[in-house]
Amino acid sequence: MPTSPTHQTLSVLVENRSGVLARISGMFARRGFNIISLAVAPSDDERFSRINIVIDVEETSVEQITKQLFKLVHVVKITELHPSEAVERELLMATVAAGADERGRVIEVVGIFEGKIVDVGSAQLTVMLAGEPDRLDDFEDLMRPYGIVELQRTGRVALPKLDRQAAPRLRATGKAS
Amino acid sequence: MKLTGAQALIKSLEMESVEVIFGLPGGAILPAYDPLLDSPIRHILVRHEQGAGHMAEGYAHVTGRPGVAMVTSGPAATNMVTPLCDAYMDSVPMVAITGQVSRPAIGTDGFQECDTVGITRSVTKHNELVMDAADIPLLVRQAFRLATTGRPGPVLLDLPKDVLQAEADWAWPTDGEVTASLPGYRPTTKGHPRMIKEAARLISGARRPVIYAGGGILKSRAAEALRQLAERTGTPVVTTLTARGAFPDDHPLGLGMPGMHGNYTAITAMQQADLLIALGARFDDRVTGRVSSFAPEAKIVHVDIDPAELGKIRRPDVPIVGDCRLVISEIVRALAGMEQVDRSEWRSRISGWQERFPLHYDPPDPGGPLKPQYVMEVLRDSAPEGTVLVSGVGQHQMWASQYWRFTEPYTWVSSGGLGTMGFSVPAAIGAKVGRPDRTVWAVDGDGCFQMTAQELVTASSERIPVKVAILNNAYLGMVRQWQEMFYEERYSEVYLSPDLPDYVKWAEAMGCVAFRVEDPDEVQPIIEKANAIDDRPVVIDFRTDAQEKVFPMVPAGYSNDDVVVHPSQKPGGEKVVQ
Repeated sequence: MPTSPTHQTLSVLVENRSGVLARISGMFARRGFNIISLAVAPSDDERFSRINIVIDVEETSVEQITKQLFKLVHVVKITELHPSEAVERELLMATVAAGADERGRVIEVVGIFEGKIVDVGSAQLTVMLAGEPDRLDDFEDLMRPYGIVELQRTGRVALPKLDRQAAPRLRATGKAS
Repeated sequence: MKLTGAQALIKSLEMESVEVIFGLPGGAILPAYDPLLDSPIRHILVRHEQGAGHMAEGYAHVTGRPGVAMVTSGPAATNMVTPLCDAYMDSVPMVAITGQVSRPAIGTDGFQECDTVGITRSVTKHNELVMDAADIPLLVRQAFRLATTGRPGPVLLDLPKDVLQAEADWAWPTDGEVTASLPGYRPTTKGHPRMIKEAARLISGARRPVIYAGGGILKSRAAEALRQLAERTGTPVVTTLTARGAFPDDHPLGLGMPGMHGNYTAITAMQQADLLIALGARFDDRVTGRVSSFAPEAKIVHVDIDPAELGKIRRPDVPIVGDCRLVISEIVRALAGMEQVDRSEWRSRISGWQERFPLHYDPPDPGGPLKPQYVMEVLRDSAPEGTVLVSGVGQHQMWASQYWRFTEPYTWVSSGGLGTMGFSVPAAIGAKVGRPDRTVWAVDGDGCFQMTAQELVTASSERIPVKVAILNNAYLGMVRQWQEMFYEERYSEVYLSPDLPDYVKWAEAMGCVAFRVEDPDEVQPIIEKANAIDDRPVVIDFRTDAQEKVFPMVPAGYSNDDVVVHPSQKPGGEKVVQ
């Protein structure tokens, strides 16, 4: 997964209605925009859901993607989160081949990365790691030699970095503006 | 008060002041057709669902009010896809109502089931599957709000049969409730004051400005505001295919249509402008030619109600999101007191092009075939005041747009963005229903006519006296033209035959009066005969010259600098380079 600023996260507040994800993914497909990852969950208000979309901004401008998203009636608010202005995290779970010989080394790497062992089999371990996406990439690289049997990543979720001195350069655009 | 979903639907349409529905019943929509019998709403029974959709579009084009089409599920809904896409591309306000299988059957591949909201999602401004009869009034109000405000467009409601049969309490939502129910829909109509001032500053300082008027002028009812802006600043105006009629062709500042088959002056004025004022236009490829060499020296003021259009193709120097009518009026106000630079050199350059490169076609050889452009000229000169002109798509469409003299908005109905062959007959019927006081002429090609001609049965039985002029050159003419010019005259699958079908017999079989014209001397008298008939549809089969090509032409993918004019205007027909 690319981690350079060729991507950007859009945090999209949508009406919690059937088909809303299809509307969004359909619009991306139709206009040739690329989605790198996608995370959908209910928001704190049951009428709305929050969709975190990581987009490829090398091919298409964020501006055009955001504007086309806004045209969807069920999209209520879009917050653009530039990687340098956001805290991004992702969750990874992987089942790794770890027989008697390798088990110790796998556990050691998981420990270094502050991951967790969540399931133990006779010749395999299922491990879990939450963190910044490129840290997950590193972890994945280190696990690969042992043999990754199965792997799932959630796609990143993100929130704007908090104010320390000046106001953060966060661009939240409501439709009323 | 309890109503069935079907009763609530029809009552909601009445509350929205719908006066006519174009439709065709079937299994899933059956319940809605029963309360329709007791409603003052007129229903026009079409012969194919695509016809219902284009009629709704034609109605909307001339009245400015949303056209309504109602059909059943499955194949009827898929037949509605083309008109929905057409309306979406040209921002035509339209509400489509489709039947759906009953809720328990959804997803089971039931008889005449299809995923209508899935299929139409990308060709509608919005669509909804209605899962509760109690929601019908609100969803109908939402549909009309969405179809007619912001950037207009088609909205579809998909109604399962058992929802139409279920009973629910009737309550008509207030404006405020509709607004509250659409938290993600707040179109911006007022332009940003700083941008408006900046636009006015650029306009008064420009030496070679051109107003690039698009269909948004008509949608926002801004023709009068546009005229004020043009006259106040002495700025010439081009009107795109979808904006024909938005500015009078006979006005000294009117340059006519730009683009692939626009006239030389409109194309070249845009190319050499130092400022383009794009109003409700979207820099379509048919207008810009090769984008990288389009109007290279021009700064851009771009006004559109759809923010996504600003910067989609060409980055504007002054982007203004807003309703064209409001924004133009604000710009005119901001211009007050601003000094304006001298533009006499620009105007004389423009009139030089107009003199040197008027629209031109070769007069017919004695005894030779009829020229389609000549038919258009006679049709134009014989047309009663206020005639509405409708076209299909292809050569005849370009000749219609080129040779007509538009003096009034809402007198031109055509399929621009989608380029839907077969549009004209049903769209003309819808236009005539919307403006029964006007003469409605459909100019059609023989290829187009064969796609939707059966709607003339609808016109005859409903006594909707439209007139159809078929420019019958026995070819898919525009494709033929491309094959002649770009495929070394290798004609592939473009010949149609002039007399199969026999258009006169066919039209007569559909209850129309029909004529055939081959001789140039007959053009005028037959058109006058047609104009005099007002109790049934008329069809004229004009046998026209198959060799005739549409000029000027900017070949696809070429720069607008490479406009090809009529061969007689440049020896050998080579391109004119400034």
